[in-house]
Amino acid sequence: MVRRQGRTVSKTYVHAPGFVAGDRPKIVTSRFEFADSYTLERYLATDGYKGLRAALSRPANEVHEDVKSATVLGRGGAGFPAGVKWGLTPQQVWPRYLVVNGDESEPGTYKDRLLMECDPHQLIEGCLIACYAAGLSQCFLYIRGEMAVAQERVAAALNEAYAAGYIGKNILGSKFSVDIILHWGAGAYVVGEETALIESLEGNRGMPRLKPPFFPAANGLYGQPTIVNNVETLANLPWLLNHGVAAYTAIGTKTSPGTRMIAVSGHVKRPGVYEIINGTTTFRDLIYGQEFCGGIRNGNALKAFVPGGGSAPWFTPDQLDLPFEASQVGPAGSMLGSGAVMVMDETTDIPAAALTLTHFYAHESCGKCTPCREGGTWLERILRRVVDGDGTDADLQQLLEVGAMICPGAFPHAANEKLGLQAVAFPYKMTTICFVGPSAFAPVHSALTLFRSEFEARVKKRVTIPVTAVGVSV
Amino acid sequence: MTIVDPTKESAVDPSVVNITINNKPVVARKGEFIIAAADRTDDFIPRFCYHPRMSSVGMCRQCLVEVETPRGPMIVVSCMTPVVEGQIVRTTTDSVKKAQEGVLELLLANHPLDCPVCDKGGECPLQDQAFSHGPGESRFVEEKRHYEKPIAISDIVYLDRERCILCDQCTRFADEVAGDALITFTSRGNDTQVLTFPDEPFSSYFSGNTVQICPVGALTAKPYRFKARPWDLEQTESTCTSCSVGCRTVVQSSRDELVRYQGVDIDPVNWGWLCDRGRYNFESVNSPDRLTTPLVKTGTELAATSWSVALETTARMIRLALAGNANSVAILGGARGTNEDAFAWAMLADKLGIDQRDSQLGDGLSPEVFNLAQATIDETCTASTIILLAPDLKEELPVLYLRVRDAAQKRKSRIIEVSARDSGLTPHAWRTVGFEPGHQAQAVREALSTPEMKEQLARGQVVVVVGRPNLAENEMFTLQALAEVFVAEPSVKVLPVLRRGNVRGAIAAGLTPQNNSGDAIDILNAAAAGKIDCLILLGADPMADVPDSGLVQRAFTQVKNLISIDTMINDSNRNADVILPAAAYGEKNGTTTNLEGRISNVAQKITPRGTSRPDWMIATELSISLGVDIGVSSLEDLNSKLVGAVAAFAPSIDAKSTHGDGVLMARETPVTISGNLSRAIDRNAYNLRLVVSRTMYDSAGSTVSSPSLAGIVTDAAIFVNPLDLGRIGVAEGTNVRVGAEGTNIVIVIKSHNGVHRGTAWLPFNHTGVDIRPLLNISSDVVDVRIEPIK
Amino acid sequence: MSRLNETNTKSAREIIAKYPRPKSALIPLLHLSQEQNGYITREAMQHLGELVGVTSAEVYGTATFYEMFKFEPIGKYLINICRTMSCALMGANELMHHAEKKLGVNAGGTTPDGMFTLAHAECQAACTEAPTLQVNYRYRLRVTPTDLDNLIDNLRDGKLKDEFPPHGVLSKVRQIIPADRAVGAKDPEDVNESPAWLDGKAAL
Repeated sequence: MVRRQGRTVSKTYVHAPGFVAGDRPKIVTSRFEFADSYTLERYLATDGYKGLRAALSRPANEVHEDVKSATVLGRGGAGFPAGVKWGLTPQQVWPRYLVVNGDESEPGTYKDRLLMECDPHQLIEGCLIACYAAGLSQCFLYIRGEMAVAQERVAAALNEAYAAGYIGKNILGSKFSVDIILHWGAGAYVVGEETALIESLEGNRGMPRLKPPFFPAANGLYGQPTIVNNVETLANLPWLLNHGVAAYTAIGTKTSPGTRMIAVSGHVKRPGVYEIINGTTTFRDLIYGQEFCGGIRNGNALKAFVPGGGSAPWFTPDQLDLPFEASQVGPAGSMLGSGAVMVMDETTDIPAAALTLTHFYAHESCGKCTPCREGGTWLERILRRVVDGDGTDADLQQLLEVGAMICPGAFPHAANEKLGLQAVAFPYKMTTICFVGPSAFAPVHSALTLFRSEFEARVKKRVTIPVTAVGVSV
Repeated sequence: MTIVDPTKESAVDPSVVNITINNKPVVARKGEFIIAAADRTDDFIPRFCYHPRMSSVGMCRQCLVEVETPRGPMIVVSCMTPVVEGQIVRTTTDSVKKAQEGVLELLLANHPLDCPVCDKGGECPLQDQAFSHGPGESRFVEEKRHYEKPIAISDIVYLDRERCILCDQCTRFADEVAGDALITFTSRGNDTQVLTFPDEPFSSYFSGNTVQICPVGALTAKPYRFKARPWDLEQTESTCTSCSVGCRTVVQSSRDELVRYQGVDIDPVNWGWLCDRGRYNFESVNSPDRLTTPLVKTGTELAATSWSVALETTARMIRLALAGNANSVAILGGARGTNEDAFAWAMLADKLGIDQRDSQLGDGLSPEVFNLAQATIDETCTASTIILLAPDLKEELPVLYLRVRDAAQKRKSRIIEVSARDSGLTPHAWRTVGFEPGHQAQAVREALSTPEMKEQLARGQVVVVVGRPNLAENEMFTLQALAEVFVAEPSVKVLPVLRRGNVRGAIAAGLTPQNNSGDAIDILNAAAAGKIDCLILLGADPMADVPDSGLVQRAFTQVKNLISIDTMINDSNRNADVILPAAAYGEKNGTTTNLEGRISNVAQKITPRGTSRPDWMIATELSISLGVDIGVSSLEDLNSKLVGAVAAFAPSIDAKSTHGDGVLMARETPVTISGNLSRAIDRNAYNLRLVVSRTMYDSAGSTVSSPSLAGIVTDAAIFVNPLDLGRIGVAEGTNVRVGAEGTNIVIVIKSHNGVHRGTAWLPFNHTGVDIRPLLNISSDVVDVRIEPIK
Repeated sequence: MSRLNETNTKSAREIIAKYPRPKSALIPLLHLSQEQNGYITREAMQHLGELVGVTSAEVYGTATFYEMFKFEPIGKYLINICRTMSCALMGANELMHHAEKKLGVNAGGTTPDGMFTLAHAECQAACTEAPTLQVNYRYRLRVTPTDLDNLIDNLRDGKLKDEFPPHGVLSKVRQIIPADRAVGAKDPEDVNESPAWLDGKAAL
């Protein structure tokens, strides 16, 4: 920590690109300051595997109880408490598996890769604690395919940990035995969805399964009870076991305890990944705070921001004072998602920005559900036409109608004082299995709702009458 | 472990669940999905990917309905949402209507509007549901997806990817039901398309089912492409008799020609599936080679003549032969006709005192297997243990293979396969017991004596599927092996799998040796010894089917008069003295009996070709010519005589009834089987012991005269284990000399992992080299020596 | 012949043994095969089908789902320039135009010398460091046109061989489970007991 003139100045580390440290509690990023943070040596020198030892000294169900009472929220997107998730496994059905979701690819999200590259042992220790607590007999650590360095660091760490007796048979001389198998994907965003991840791990096309009946906790990998946890979620466990529930819940709020990693990208002065206090830190703190992003580039005005990864409906400056607390962000019309804030300043071409996201989700559709496969591409084609200046007024209406085929009913959006808009709370209704289809519509809907004038300026003032046959238009 | 599919009956808890659909109370079965419950009401839920016989995937999203939840009404897919007590389901609300219209508009977005030239037009679920549940107009003005259209993905099936709506029915069927995952989704998202692996065709025996279940015109089959429009079709329900499984079908015709068979879903038998041979061999009925008029030999040539002349000639020949001795007339065949056909001929034979009759041709099993405790197909497929002493079901009784595979995959039945060669079910067998032909019974005795096996047999019902696995091995070995199973587990039930269409019905109706006379082989031996003057072939082709062509040839040379009743010229009747043209499948009514003894109707859809007529009518007319009138005035009359005379047929359905499931034959009190253990002599280390069995596409008349199938029949070859191939020292695909007891043939050799070491497999009745000279019905087993040709 | 070579076939068997069911190894094996040949060949897919006990069509269905598998030869260096929102906001389009000019190929193309394939990519999980690109799935962050020029020149001159192995190679470190430490994978059908450390007690 560097203190200058009595105030904290955040510091970035060359070996943890994008990460910005600060004078805040560090649960998962405490070792990022060391250049050799990914080695077993450094890990052991900084409380490494102490959480595991603490866990092994107690019965499994007590460890599980700790995770439950600490309310460790899932960091992958849905924010479901990990301890509760583990408890959803049916009694006396064996074997059970742990699948670690390291397929980080939600637009704007950048944290799991850091955790894997900079502190792989912390993740491994988290996996071991989870397996011990929930009786999981094999762990699959699924890393996104396009992350060669993360794969190398985790592979090396696993090799070190196996050799040192932290993984495998009779860990640290106990009855606890588990293998951790390193596995990596091959480029498909949708595989980040837990049931698709399981399909992929079974060697199949990564197409999501319908929940129910395919809730992984009951019916997951090979049809067995399976816990799918995000990398950051598991990375919290060593600290929790080491310092105890009270220390953990002392940070943050009751419903959102601890910290969480947030990547802020786009038009801010100091984009980066910040470990923030959960529940209390606001978007204003993060975007404008001096120990965080320090405001918008060039002193520009903020136009809009995406609060929780590319799938999330957008916010405008009206929502800056909301904290990172799901119970407040949901009613305000969006979600916290995967901890990714994308900031757009006043110079942003809103329809074009929305197009990058709609293109992303249309491109990443697995093709299983008709509304997503056909509707996503259709949305993208209409929107591209509009962005290219070839659209019509009717196209804007058509965008909303195609969207309604994916998400029927009112779609969530933020309140806006200037436009006189009341918020529509999250979540949306959907005709698809997973959220990829709705996510193709979310940016279109937000952009059209909050910045309709920009679209209108883009389209020719020409109305196309809906036609019944292709090629016949007025 | 595997999640039991709640759509399948055995998984359904008998307790009921009460729900309401559109405010009407519906009694649902616990565990079933909403759509299945709704299908029993008048409220139709549109769907494309749902199929009641396959696991749900919920991917087309067309079957969205509204369900009341504590958080208000939710839109859910009815094909994957189970019913729960008190559930309130609505299928017609505005939001449901809007959701369904939305999905349909999206499905139509990329679907070409080529209905006028599409074979599916008029019977297309997409077309129908676009009208009934669609938005009425499309707002999609962009360019549609384009692919090369159509591409042949097998010898039979064509794929048009532009029409495909990616419902996963064909790919799911191929993988889940048929076990031939040869078609798959490829690429992703909007580029997803169904394809085969490059240059590896969809060569599944069951490919036609994918065409039938395709909800659009993406998959079409060569035999039907551009042949007819649905509104030109006439159809009737019938039962397939290509083999003895007895799959329920719909026979469709247009302008008095058969154009298509479709599978009909009945619970006890085929669940809607058909094999490709059964589905497409209707082409042989339309064949230009069909006999249309009686033929009588004048000099050395067969010449067309009238029925009166032909019947008189036949009667004279029979009378002449009978004048000497009733044992100088014999009847072979009858297993390919109806129960009524067989019974009419049995009555005629009774009147004339002809005891020598056999509807099997030395390639089956003793009819005593029918007297053992019998299992149905359903009982087999719900048994704890299924023991296979059978030919390769995938090759010979394909849809039974699907049922047994399903039992092993989804119902936790365990298969113990006793086989001298790997079969289609080997990958699904819990345990496989290999043996060298001639040692089958010993193998069974030893295998079933282990504690593990004893425990398994004690777990619940055991069913033995018994047939004739090897035409080069005496049937007694299989019967002894069967007896060994009864020793190990006396409560076992038997599913006899004799393969020829109506063999069980024909035997029950009386076309089986009478008064201790001999079977087909004895008859042929007697003929070869000059003791048979007149031999009647009732739809039988012994030259093709009896596994000893030398014997058949000797018999035919000695017989004075050979009479054939058949639909086509074949190797056996080419030199007959009289050929009477018979009506074929689809041209006659009646009943048939499947391998489990299920009696169901076969139906006439088209006029018999030329002057051909049903076998029973020929028997009746002949009886009049012979002055022993069997007194049959009509098919109904004949059927009631059959039901009255033969106890097994007492529960028989009316010949013309179209009751889908049919009825089971009356069963007599079962007897048990015992056999003395005998074994064939050991094989000389230089020799290989032969396994001879049939494959699905062999040179059967109905296959080779069906243009779409004829090209699939492969040339004969001998198959050995790769290690034996190395030992023999020849290269794969070269010609070798195969010798046995003084005869030898030259044939191509191939290696096959499923052939056990020390054995050689010869598929029976293929084109090219005739392998039958190697077979000698009087030997217990056949050992051959394979030598390179220098 | 581009089935797996002998060494890789041995590795493949070891990888398969790590999983309760063989088909789970399919994606790792496809990577192994791409590492060997630079892309996925038809023969390799047939070979992998044999190794894990599925049809070639199933291998094909899985392989074509994933973006990273290429079915024809591509450049030694695959340059993926991210175009998703954060990068787009920070000039990804301009960077791509620059790359196209520099390499003389359009996005999706391969340079005639077979050195470079240029492609659009979706979010690379380095959003705060936009615009980003990956060379064979290894990062370059906050890339300026000058950075890009230097990168391409250095790659062409072989100066970055160590940092960027040829296309197909991902992790240079393989996971090794020592035989004496491995618990081993079992088909779930064959496991029916609760794990030893629960002492027969139910997990929560």
